[in-house]
Amino acid sequence: MHIDPLEKKWLYIALGMVALFLGSIFISLAVGIKPPSNVETIDSARLHLSKEFAEDNLGVHIQPDGRITVIMVAGRYGFFPRHITIPADTPITFRWASVDVLHGVHMPMTNMSTMVVPGYVAEVTTTFPKPGDYPMLCNEYCGLGHDYMWSKVTVVARQTWEKQHSKGGES
Amino acid sequence: MIDTQSRNLALWNWVVAFAAFLVACFLGFYQVVERSGLFDFLESPPAYFASVSTHGVLMAYVLTTFFIMGFGYLTATSSLKRPLWQPGLAWSGFFITLIGTVLAAIPLLAGKASVLYTFYPPIQASALFYIGAALLVVGSWFWCAIMVVMAAQWRRENPGKGMPLAMYATVANALLWLWTSAGVAMEVVFQLIPWALGWNDTLDPGLARTLFAWTLHPIVYFWLIPAYIALYCFVPKEAGGYLFSEEMAKFAFLGLLVFSLPIGFHHLYMDPEQGAGWKLWHGIGTFLVTVPTLVTGFTVLASLEIAGRLGGGRGLFGWIGTLPWRNPVVLAAILALLMLILGGFGGIVNASYALNAMIHNTAWVPGHFHLIFAGTTVILYFAIAYHLWPKITGKKLVSNTLALIQLWTWFVGMTLLSTPWHVLGLLGQPRRISGVTYNSLLTLAWQPYELFMIMGGAVLLGSAVLFGVILWKTWRNTEIETVPEIAYAEPIHPPESLPAWAESLKTWNLAILGLMLLSFGWPIAQFFFLKTFESLPWGY
Ligand SMILES: [Cu+2]
Repeated sequence: MHIDPLEKKWLYIALGMVALFLGSIFISLAVGIKPPSNVETIDSARLHLSKEFAEDNLGVHIQPDGRITVIMVAGRYGFFPRHITIPADTPITFRWASVDVLHGVHMPMTNMSTMVVPGYVAEVTTTFPKPGDYPMLCNEYCGLGHDYMWSKVTVVARQTWEKQHSKGGES
Repeated sequence: MIDTQSRNLALWNWVVAFAAFLVACFLGFYQVVERSGLFDFLESPPAYFASVSTHGVLMAYVLTTFFIMGFGYLTATSSLKRPLWQPGLAWSGFFITLIGTVLAAIPLLAGKASVLYTFYPPIQASALFYIGAALLVVGSWFWCAIMVVMAAQWRRENPGKGMPLAMYATVANALLWLWTSAGVAMEVVFQLIPWALGWNDTLDPGLARTLFAWTLHPIVYFWLIPAYIALYCFVPKEAGGYLFSEEMAKFAFLGLLVFSLPIGFHHLYMDPEQGAGWKLWHGIGTFLVTVPTLVTGFTVLASLEIAGRLGGGRGLFGWIGTLPWRNPVVLAAILALLMLILGGFGGIVNASYALNAMIHNTAWVPGHFHLIFAGTTVILYFAIAYHLWPKITGKKLVSNTLALIQLWTWFVGMTLLSTPWHVLGLLGQPRRISGVTYNSLLTLAWQPYELFMIMGGAVLLGSAVLFGVILWKTWRNTEIETVPEIAYAEPIHPPESLPAWAESLKTWNLAILGLMLLSFGWPIAQFFFLKTFESLPWGY
C-alpha cells in the first residue's frame, strides 16, 4: 500500500494533537478534576424515609471533620431547599437525589454541574472563587414547567460565612 | 449504470427525507422565535416542546435515515456496476420505515410525545411513538442487509480486488448502523415499549441512558459518512482534479467504523450511574476518533489543492481562487469544511473530561451539533442532491445560480444561528428551555444573542424553502439531463491492495465486538448486579 510522505507527516501531527489533548486530560486528573462519578443507588420513591434525604436533613451541613456538604433534592420544578448560602474558596460537596424524573443542575459561570438521575445519588465537589448570587438552573428537560425550575445560591466570603455559622453550627 | 429500481428507490427515499427536512425547518424557525421571549403571544411550553421533539426526530432520524438509504442504493449499484440485490426487500424497508415515521409523527404532532428526540425516561410518551421509532430503525436494517450482501457478493466474484471506495464506505456505514442502532433498539424494545404499554410498571433510567449512549455518538458518524463519501468521491473530480489517496481514505472510513462505536460515554460525563474510569476510557476513544476526521480534512484539502493547481493556481494560496467556486459540489465542500473545523473544535471541548462541566447541557451543545450536523452534514447532503437529483429524475438541474445562492444562504444562516448559541452556552444558558424566565442578573446578558438567532433562523428557513423549490422545479424541468452516469473521483496513484484485514468484513466485526465488550460489558452488566431502584412513569 501507498502512504505519501506528506500524508505521513500530517498523520504524525494529528496523533501529536491527540496526544496533547489526552495529556491535558491526565494533567487535570492529576490535580483532581474529574466528572462526578459516584455510583450509588437510592430509592427515589422513598426519599422522605431515607435519613439523608429526609426533609429535615436537607441543606448545608458542616461535617465533624470540617468539610461542608450540601444535601439537596431535585423535583419538578425546583431544587430544595430553594435557597442556600455557602462560603467562597472552600470545597463544597453537593449530594443530590431526584424525587421524580431526570434533572440536571448547573450554576452558570461555574463548573458546578451534574445530572440528577432518579434511582442514583449524584455527588459533585467544587469550589466557588467568586462571592455573589448564583441561579441554580435545571438544564435537562423535565416536563412542561422545566423553564421555571431554578433555585438560588448565595456565595459569601469565607469569614462572613464563618461568622454567621459560629453560633448556629448548621444552617 | 444506475438501474431503474435503485433510481426509483433513491427518488422516493429522498422525497420523504427532504419533505421531513422542510417541515423541520419551519418548526426550527418557530422555536428560535418562541424561545427568545420577545413575542409574548407565542409563549407556550406545550407547543414549544412538541415542536422541539418533532424537529429533532425529523432531522436526526427521518431526514438522515431516508437520505442515507436512497444514497446507498445509488452508490451500491453504480460503483459495483451490478443491479440491486432484492429490490423487493428494499421497498419493504422503505415502507416499514415510512410507517414507523407516520406512527411516530401522529403522537409527536398531537403533543403526546413531547419527550424530545432523546426520549429519556421516566418521562413517558405515548406507546405509539416508541413503536414508530422502533419500526423506523427496523426498516433501515433492510437497507443495511442489502448493502452488506451486495458487498459480500462483489467480493466473492472479484477475489483479491480492492472494493470501490464509495461502496467500501457505504458498507462500513451499514455495519456501523447495525452495531450502533442495537443500543437504542434494546432500550426501546425491552424497556420503553413494555413500560409504555403498561406491561412493566417501572424501568431503570440509568440503564436506559447507558443504552441510548451506545447509539448516541456513533449515530453521528452514520449521518456523516455519506457526507464524507461526497468529499472523497465527488468533490475531487468536480473540482477538476484527483483524489489524493484512496488507501488512506479507506483507512479513514475503517477507523470511523471501528473506533466510533465504543465512545458514547462522553454524553454521560455528568451522569451518576457510570464510574469515572469508564468515562475516561470512552473519553480516550473519543479523541482517537478525531484522527480519521483529521485525515479526511487533509486528503480533501490536498485533493482540492491539486485541482486548483491543475486549474492554473500558483503560490501558497493561489490555488484557492482557481477552484471552480460556481460548482455547487465544490462550494458545498469548502463551506462544509469551514463548519467542520469550527464544529470539531467545539466537539473537543465537549469530549474533554475537564471542560465538559462548564458547557454540559448548555446552549453550547446545540450550537456545536448544529455546526456539525446542519452545517457540515446537511450542506453536503444538499451537494449530493444537486449532483444526483438530475441523474435520478433524468431532468437537468433547473438553475446552478439558485443552487449557489441556496448554499451560501445556508452557510450564513447557520453561522448567525450557531455563533450566539456558543456564547450563550458559555454564559450558562441551558439548552432545552422554551423561554428565558429566570429572574437573575446573570441571565440578562443572554438577551441580545436571541436576536441574532432569530435572524439566522429566518435566513435558514428561506434557504431551505429555496432548496425545496430547486428540487421541485428540476423534477418538473423539460430539459433532459445529458450525463446520467455517476462518475467517481480517480486517485492520483492507482489504488494498491490493502492488507487483507482492511478488506475483510469479518475482521471488522470481530474488532468491534471486542471493543464493545471492553467498553460496554461491565457498564451494562452492573445494572443487574447493583441493587438498583426503578422509576415509575411520569407525564409531562
Ligand atoms: Cu428539572
